Amino acid sequence: MLLSACDSNEALSLSKKSIIYCSEGAPESFNPQTVTSGTTIDATANQLYNRLIEFNPIDNSIIPAIAKSWHVTRDGKMVTFYLRKDIQFHQTNYFSPTRALNADDVLFSFNRILDDTHLYHSVSGGKYPFFQNAQFVDLIDNIEKINDHTIRFQLSHPDSSFLANIGGNSSVILSKEYADNLITINAMQDIDILPIGTGPFKFKQYSSGAFIRYEPHAKYWRGKSELKQLVFDITPRDTGRLTKLLAGECDVIAYPIAHKKIQQHPNLTLESVTSFNVGYFGFNTRKPPFNNPLVRKAISFAINKQAILEAVYTGQAEIANGLIPNSSWAYDASIMSQEYSIPKARELLAQAGFGDGFVMDLWAMPVQRAYNPDAVTMAKLIQADLLKIGIKVDIVSDYEWSTFLRKVSEGEHQSVLLGWSADHPDPDNFFSTLLSCGSAITGSNRTFWCNNEFDQLIQRALQTNNINKRKVYYSKALKLINEEVPLIPIAHSKRYQARANHVKGTLLRAIGGIDFNGVTKN
Amino acid sequence: MLIFTLRRFNLFVFTMLLLTILSFSLSFLFPGDQLVNLTGQVNASPEQLAILSDKYQQNTNIVSQYFSYLTHLFHGEMGYSMTSHLPIATEILNRLPATIELTSVALLVAMFVGIPMGFCAAIYHRKVPDNLILTFAMIGYSIPIFWLGILAILVFSIQLGWLPSAGQISLLFEIEYVTGLQLIDILLSDSEYKWQAFQDATRHLILPVIVVALAPATIFVRLARSAMLEVLDTHYIKAANAKGLTFSQIIYRHAMRNAIIKVIRDVGLQFANLITIAMVTEVIFSWPGIGRWLIESIYQRDYTAIQGGLIVLSSFIFIVHIVTDFVYAALNPLAREPQHGA
Repeated sequence: MLLSACDSNEALSLSKKSIIYCSEGAPESFNPQTVTSGTTIDATANQLYNRLIEFNPIDNSIIPAIAKSWHVTRDGKMVTFYLRKDIQFHQTNYFSPTRALNADDVLFSFNRILDDTHLYHSVSGGKYPFFQNAQFVDLIDNIEKINDHTIRFQLSHPDSSFLANIGGNSSVILSKEYADNLITINAMQDIDILPIGTGPFKFKQYSSGAFIRYEPHAKYWRGKSELKQLVFDITPRDTGRLTKLLAGECDVIAYPIAHKKIQQHPNLTLESVTSFNVGYFGFNTRKPPFNNPLVRKAISFAINKQAILEAVYTGQAEIANGLIPNSSWAYDASIMSQEYSIPKARELLAQAGFGDGFVMDLWAMPVQRAYNPDAVTMAKLIQADLLKIGIKVDIVSDYEWSTFLRKVSEGEHQSVLLGWSADHPDPDNFFSTLLSCGSAITGSNRTFWCNNEFDQLIQRALQTNNINKRKVYYSKALKLINEEVPLIPIAHSKRYQARANHVKGTLLRAIGGIDFNGVTKN
Repeated sequence: MLIFTLRRFNLFVFTMLLLTILSFSLSFLFPGDQLVNLTGQVNASPEQLAILSDKYQQNTNIVSQYFSYLTHLFHGEMGYSMTSHLPIATEILNRLPATIELTSVALLVAMFVGIPMGFCAAIYHRKVPDNLILTFAMIGYSIPIFWLGILAILVFSIQLGWLPSAGQISLLFEIEYVTGLQLIDILLSDSEYKWQAFQDATRHLILPVIVVALAPATIFVRLARSAMLEVLDTHYIKAANAKGLTFSQIIYRHAMRNAIIKVIRDVGLQFANLITIAMVTEVIFSWPGIGRWLIESIYQRDYTAIQGGLIVLSSFIFIVHIVTDFVYAALNPLAREPQHGA
């Protein structure tokens, strides 16, 4: 009798206006300042909070958010943000804001991180990994409130990636008023457990390890979401997520399996975004024979990237044409990946005087990373590829990860399979970290390649804020890498997501996980 | 009746004694510190441990340690979960109702489907309906539960998309916890989506209930069939027949009542079986019940939870058992007589 009343095709009216997202894990905290794990960022960063500035989801350029505009002085050492005046914090059953966001909140949010004597600094353990990686404590000399809606950061040295860091997932703005309230009721730890932010959704309920319930923030400054609820259904098993998607219990699922099945399904869509990372095959340019660019170039012709893509990444990646993925604004489509050509490789090798081949070692990282899910298999494929041009490869992979990293930064390797995941979408994050002369000294440049022309290009790119000029510099730098081949970029891995077709809007981002703002259902 | 009650009470006390001794000794048998296993205080400081050691009388002999454990148990203190750090009692109270709901609905379904089918088979003894029903009972009894559950999800959730595959209710509905029994809580709630929630919860119930109910239903078929055959063979039925009562009068007035009493007795016996099936089903259908929780605790080596879950689940089964015994005794005066050492 009851059952006859419920036709499964006829969606319930509540579910018509709500989205259930089946996520892969439980968040560690509700404050992205304190963590960098993807699961937590997905659940909190874009849903609950805003940053001073944010990234355009299409080309990852910087767009205004809490700061309606900003100004960087000519010497790059002073950055002033002008805040919007209409930004309201969440109204929940545990907090009712009495004022709109102002400079005090920004000051509070950053001082909590930077000032280790701040009342809130050690509330959740005192660890702010994103800011520690970006060396914010050294970079920021002082933060000054000019007036209620103007705030100025004084930097110790110019750094054009500063803005990208301010727009990073972790640089969210919290409510000072809420923090003060918590002090009076002696519940300071609640600040990261019962979150208050300015984002499109507000916190309603969290059942540990089971689900998170969000409601739309009625006074969201970009306009209230049309959804009635946003629920994160925490489903760690990938088969469980797939089942729930197919059975219509989830509208969107994270990291789906069985891509073909989803693609064939008429009501489901599989989407992917190329992550801001790169897996590469690097040479120690200080050690012979790799001090000879001809040898490096010869090898780059002999690597079958397509085969690696299918075997190691199971197709869940994109061939790397250059160091940076195509979702970066600095990507230059005219630069192509080196073709796969054994004769050309042989010819170059002969030119370099190694016509009979040689023996080399290849260090394969012993852990799994998104940018390289299986370095040992990749090493074996490369071994087979290079045997065709007479090079014998010994694979080194039996070190423990930290020892491996230490030995590689000390330059014990001849060649190495490694990778890099960007912290923020500024392209400099790839160039400076991986290939500059400075990083050859600090050890993050594992090729020890130090090219003055390249260094000048990336320096100039950092000194200007004009995107078009920077594009030109980076394009030249990419061409230089292709000529000199200090490393061979192999692949940019992709992040996948599946959704039911009735969910509309852009969800997936190259950096910063998912964003349900503006997502609708019909 | 008094003697009957006393006998049952006696049995209860002794079983509980054995159960608690088993559970208490588990804390010694599990790896790790016994006190930590017993209390679940994994991150306790030395001072806290000293206080706990005092509370559980760790410095005295094993017998008083056991009695101290019993005292805590009677106060509902079963320690803390090693993984969630919540009191075991809270964890169990949050989950037991879901299991009760699933098993009781399944039991009702099994009874209302199985018993009439069994009677039907007996009435058409050695005819086509009888054979058909027996075939169904045999197949249903032989199918492994986990396989049936996965198959049900594959067909009804994934292929046909008719019914949900996981959970008790869609997460969209916020139902306030009152009794823990979802359907009752929905009816008590004042949500504007009450009826949608009720429908949704019912749809979530269908597959797991069918899976849990299948095996007991087939047992009820066989029990009801043999009970009915036995009754139909008695002299009073023959006499009634001779007196010229119609067939339906015989069945409804005389045979059914007497046959059903024989089946009721076995309902209690089936309950332990039902809980075991429900535990597996809860895992397959992500049903937030105590069975799934207990199995997860085993995976996560949550020793405190295993001990607490064991005690609660077995005493629950035992209590149900005794209750059905009383119902049976109330219905059937013959059972109250002291027979051979009940």
